[in-house]
Amino acid sequence: MFMKGMIMGGIFCLVLSLLASFNPSTEHTTEDHHHHHLQAPSKDELKHFSHSQMEDLSNQVRVYCIIMVQPKILVYWAAAIHTWSKHCDKAVFYTSEASKALEAVDLNEKDDWARLRKALTHAYENAGDLRWFFVAQPTTFAIIENLKYLLLTKDPNEPFYLGNAAKSGELDYVVYDSGIVLSYEALKRLVNVFKDEDKCPERGGSLWNVGEEKQLAMCLKYTGVFAENGEDIHGKGLFNSKSVESLISDSMQANPTNVVEGCCSDMAVTFNGMSPDQMQANPTNVVEGCCSDMAVTFNGMSPDQMQVMMFGVYRLRPYGHDFHDLLIFDPPVGSDND
Amino acid sequence: MRNTTSNLTFSAGLILGFLSIHFLLDYNISTQVMYLRNVNRGVKGLHHHVYTGGNQNSTSHTTRILCWIMTGPKNLESRTNHIRATWAKRCNKVLYMSSTKTDFPTVELNVSEGRENLYWKTIRAFQYIYQNHLDEADWFLKADDDTFIVIENLRYTLSKYDPEKPLYVGRRFSPFIAQGYMSGGAGYVLSKEAVRRFNKGFQTGECTHYSTLEDVAMGKCMETMKVEAADSRDVKGRQVFHPYPPDRYVVKRPPRPRPLYPLYDYYTPVEGPGCCSDFAVSFHYIYAVQMYALEYLTHHLRPYGYKYRFNPDERTEIKTTTKSK
Repeated sequence: MFMKGMIMGGIFCLVLSLLASFNPSTEHTTEDHHHHHLQAPSKDELKHFSHSQMEDLSNQVRVYCIIMVQPKILVYWAAAIHTWSKHCDKAVFYTSEASKALEAVDLNEKDDWARLRKALTHAYENAGDLRWFFVAQPTTFAIIENLKYLLLTKDPNEPFYLGNAAKSGELDYVVYDSGIVLSYEALKRLVNVFKDEDKCPERGGSLWNVGEEKQLAMCLKYTGVFAENGEDIHGKGLFNSKSVESLISDSMQANPTNVVEGCCSDMAVTFNGMSPDQMQANPTNVVEGCCSDMAVTFNGMSPDQMQVMMFGVYRLRPYGHDFHDLLIFDPPVGSDND
Repeated sequence: MRNTTSNLTFSAGLILGFLSIHFLLDYNISTQVMYLRNVNRGVKGLHHHVYTGGNQNSTSHTTRILCWIMTGPKNLESRTNHIRATWAKRCNKVLYMSSTKTDFPTVELNVSEGRENLYWKTIRAFQYIYQNHLDEADWFLKADDDTFIVIENLRYTLSKYDPEKPLYVGRRFSPFIAQGYMSGGAGYVLSKEAVRRFNKGFQTGECTHYSTLEDVAMGKCMETMKVEAADSRDVKGRQVFHPYPPDRYVVKRPPRPRPLYPLYDYYTPVEGPGCCSDFAVSFHYIYAVQMYALEYLTHHLRPYGYKYRFNPDERTEIKTTTKSK
């Protein structure tokens, strides 16, 4: 009797599990994500995990970087190799034509959209066990650790297409030069829809002068994947199409500081020994109004500025601030500028 | 009676069977990700941030810093304003020294503007500080209105020294003065005792207006008054005070004939990543936009979870071998 009960219980549990993990095939449905804004996880979400679970998690989000280059911008290509791309789990350079100086996957393709399609297909076919894909331009600078943090609680077996989301008429698309993030599922659907010359033509776009970022959005839309804006907890965009200095400059214009009465709204005229807590309560308008602490990308930086960013991001910091982050990312092997 | 017991055993078996299969499945399936996706989003802070104030090294002395910024009326809006909005608030006390008194507020030194009066300004500034603020700090920083300072790192650098000793800390240059002198633009710091001796030097006539080159002249007086020029480099021998912006040093350049500026360095300069300490204190020729950009890069933007290579407080050196990717 007991054994019968055990067997029944076991079977019951198995059936339940199968039902729970069973999803109706999503190949043909156009189910969409109702959330348009994709936020990074909060501290509350993560505190339930033990240290070893967090270590496992740190290793679970792994990124395949697809970096689109061309020989005519060799300096940017070299800059990407020697700076931020070292933090990708796998960084592959895709070029329009081969260069003797640097190694890349030569797609031998001049058309930008066709080249992007080929690069994405190649990445999908060579993904190995990597489940997140980040597409960058040569002038993009990315902080992969912050990308991983953003993606931490997202399941790559669900379709995600995110970055700096913009609108063109009715179409939501991710701006190319601030980086495009695709989950494995999104890329899988994309590679499949590439075969459909009606929905996702390889050469049609240039006729209508539609850039490849919008072509990408259209093709993904057919598969039920929609652009989402990557943001931090405060709703600040994480993917930037401009450089740090450009964004600071914009912020300065929006937050002019008053010389005579004292700069920032509720600060006293004299500044005598503010404690760090007081400082936190009176933020610098220009810096606070600029960019997220967890920014993932910037664009339009020169190769020299990228070197300075490596120092500024991965090394320069004030002594004595402990963040108690819940993830651990080791520095890359054989690198000296981070 | 028999029915109830057999029902009970059946139920017990049911539960046990259910639970054991459940545990087995749990062990294999990555429930971590599934759990995560079901967690509600809270809207709290991103991280637990603790500012320890960096008191690791000093146990017996405090590291209060008085900052004085060498400025003038025409720079208040275009430059000094941005210092006030960024790093100046981390000083224990800040004074803006100018030729005129304003509501900025600025302290009026009885000196007119102009490059040839920079050392007069310095003399008067330290006189003013000696007379009015000596007890309010342990260390006295002089900076230009185009210098960016990371006060926390300055505190860290100074914490190993005793402010009652006559010390002079900054970017050490070698020409003209035997023990070297500190670059003016990169910012330099006098200990409390050094401030006393500087002022005494002018009272007794041991120090004079030696030169219009403010930093060289300061170096001369320091040497005369037996104030020791310190080595401010970090434990890896990397520079902490910089008389130029970071791109001048951090970027590796192809070999070329040496330009003039590194010849001034007391310690052999390094180009590329080894140039600069992670806990850098200063950069110079930093104007408006770059001032805020450096503030953002230093105090705001960071790579989440990144294990920095340089951790002077860790007992064991961090190894760069990572888990296999």
